Amino acid sequence: MLNIEVNGKAVQANQGETILQVLTRQGIKVPTLCHLPGLAPSGACRMCVVEVEGAPSLIPSCSYPAADGMKIKTNTPQILSARKAIVELLLSNHPQDCLYCIRGGDCDLQRLAKQHGIRNRVFSGERVRREKDTSSPSIVRDPEKCILCGKCVRVCEEVQNVSAIDFIHRGNKTVIGTAYNQGLNVSSCINCGQCVLVCPTAALSEKSHVNDVLKVLSAPGKYVVVQHAPAVSVSIAEEFNYKPGTDIDGKMTAALRKVGFKKVFDTSFTADLTIMEEGSELVKRATGGGVLPMFTSCSPGWIKFVEQFYPEFIPNLSTCKSPQQMMGALIKSFFAEREKIDPANIVSVSIMPCTAKKFECGRPEMGRNSHSDVDYVLTTREFAELLRITGVDPSVLEPETPDTPFGERSSAGKMFGASGGVMEAAVRSAYFLITGGEMPKYTIQELRGMKGSKELRVKAGKIELGAAVVSGLGAARKLMEEIKAGRSDLQFIEVMTCPGGCINGGGQPLRADIEAVKARMNTLHQIDKDAPLRVSHKNTQVKRLYEEFLGAPLGHKSHELLHTHYNKRDVLA
Amino acid sequence: MSTQTKVDKILAGHAFAKRDKIIPILQEIQEAEGYISQNAVVKVSRHLSMPASKIYGVATFYNQFRFKARGKYHIMVCRGTACHVKGSLSALRLVEDCLKIKAGDTTRDGLFSIEVVVCMGACGLAPVISLNGECHAKVTPEKLKNLVEELKLKETK
Ligand code: SF4
Ligand code: SF4
Ligand code: SF4
Ligand code: FES
Repeated sequence: MLNIEVNGKAVQANQGETILQVLTRQGIKVPTLCHLPGLAPSGACRMCVVEVEGAPSLIPSCSYPAADGMKIKTNTPQILSARKAIVELLLSNHPQDCLYCIRGGDCDLQRLAKQHGIRNRVFSGERVRREKDTSSPSIVRDPEKCILCGKCVRVCEEVQNVSAIDFIHRGNKTVIGTAYNQGLNVSSCINCGQCVLVCPTAALSEKSHVNDVLKVLSAPGKYVVVQHAPAVSVSIAEEFNYKPGTDIDGKMTAALRKVGFKKVFDTSFTADLTIMEEGSELVKRATGGGVLPMFTSCSPGWIKFVEQFYPEFIPNLSTCKSPQQMMGALIKSFFAEREKIDPANIVSVSIMPCTAKKFECGRPEMGRNSHSDVDYVLTTREFAELLRITGVDPSVLEPETPDTPFGERSSAGKMFGASGGVMEAAVRSAYFLITGGEMPKYTIQELRGMKGSKELRVKAGKIELGAAVVSGLGAARKLMEEIKAGRSDLQFIEVMTCPGGCINGGGQPLRADIEAVKARMNTLHQIDKDAPLRVSHKNTQVKRLYEEFLGAPLGHKSHELLHTHYNKRDVLA
Repeated sequence: MSTQTKVDKILAGHAFAKRDKIIPILQEIQEAEGYISQNAVVKVSRHLSMPASKIYGVATFYNQFRFKARGKYHIMVCRGTACHVKGSLSALRLVEDCLKIKAGDTTRDGLFSIEVVVCMGACGLAPVISLNGECHAKVTPEKLKNLVEELKLKETK
């Protein structure tokens, strides 16, 4: 225990803590621009400076360890003017078109400028002119807005282990870019959007489809339907000032109808369907000498990661399409037939916590007869924007339920939104498929929580399986290397691209800290605890779908609609 | 020998190299090919198990690396102190204007390229430029312009 003094008050700190950590615990909000909680400090921006008695200059609190006897001041005029000067300098070559900017009103740089009372332009540098990179289906890069904080580079490297982008050139020519400054679309970027979540400005954002959706909603002759992913109902509320972890499933459904969608479907339904298909695939592989371990395939960032970095493992990927794509395929086949609508007139929109889903829906194999399974993907953030544009406030609406014929979901399907959820759902149903009976207790605590890597040995009848759950591709790469090096005790592996799963997806509301993400996760688990239907194989509408349309899991129709294949991909990496 | 095998050969010469060899490897490649191609960046990246973005980032940090093939006529303009004092900036601007490219670039027809160097060790002759390794001393804007126009003319014939 260290005894230090903060603004004249005695405070205790732990050995090894940074000054910033101590101050945060004390409720003192120190502005930061380059700091990423959980990663090593980089000390690049100097926004976080404080005064330490006896030190020759101001100290960056994010990277400086607290020491016994330290006397810290956080708000002296010197500190405030140093911080102000940093912001003023950052603004000196900045476009400053907040009014037209995607982050206007929700921008760290703008917030800091306001917070430091910057009311006029102090330094006038030459405004940066750089071209936008709109080549990616998921992410837009606008280097003019970049303040070179480096957070995107670190997340891409240290969390995702992709390193699609880095600092290029040096000095005042420095930019963030890909190898050879090529478009993000030909780089190794896996479209996860984790960089967007950390970017303090509008230099990184999702490729927006809000206007496209608005247009089709009022286009004559178009039948516009929407699906929403399991993680959206527990995060969208934050955009409307609810506290993190609030579930507004029913209100959100009502809001979607108000906006003008003809049908509202819950992607958790096809998550249940995924479990039937993927569970059967696993049992078939495990009992029939198929390729193992089998990897889940619902996370499109992960799929691209395998295609480009581990093509030798493509046969290990489940052939199941993701729940989004399964729903899309069913909407334009089963649903269209049932409702007697020409699939050409259906516009299929999905609301996803994910930027990579935009990439996924555009994959050439994700459609039939020149109809894409899914036409537009909106992230949770874009969905909030859509609601604001159309003036729909979910908070005042009465909850409604999703539409038939996909109107039922189990809480197992809902748990797809969090790391471990697919595995937990799969284990529950695989147990049933193998033994014919139900698990004595459904909850599998070992698979829950924010840890990047979780493991479990599952016993069902005579079969025993090694199961692993990883989230964040850094954790995934570690496991892949173990398997490459000969590790053979695993048979089924769930991979989610984003740390913690879709609840922390790259399309989710900005500025969520780890506590907010945990709250979203806890809510999904609470929903499971309270649910009357907790296993996918008992979903009556899924059963009906098999009876009326699909036949059996892995049957002919399933193969045609719900399964796919992946190919080695050459990228600039 | 095709360009590909040149890079392969250089990499083979650094069989178990780690990331600390990145600069010498890039230098050898530039020496052999005149520039660092995208293909070379990818190959070095595979060889050192480093992301291509990182290789490119490191390479662009240093002035010594070029990323475009040199032109048939490669003009190096000295921007060292002595040449600067003697007006090498206007010499550079003039060449850039004549060729409509910037230092580091190559004209689209592949004929001309410009490079800025820091000192050629001929300060007594400042300002100096070199054309395909041949030194031209005490260049004036006039002289430079003529030189470039002559070459252009020669190529159109
Ligand atoms: S990035 Fe922020 S500061 Fe820059 S123009 Fe956009 S809103 Fe304004
Ligand atoms: S989207 Fe993901 S992979 Fe692509 S640059 Fe951002 S962090 Fe890296
Ligand atoms: S793109 Fe955003 S996160 Fe990346 S360096 Fe620029 S401002 Fe920082
Ligand atoms: S937040 Fe401390 S230096 Fe950037």
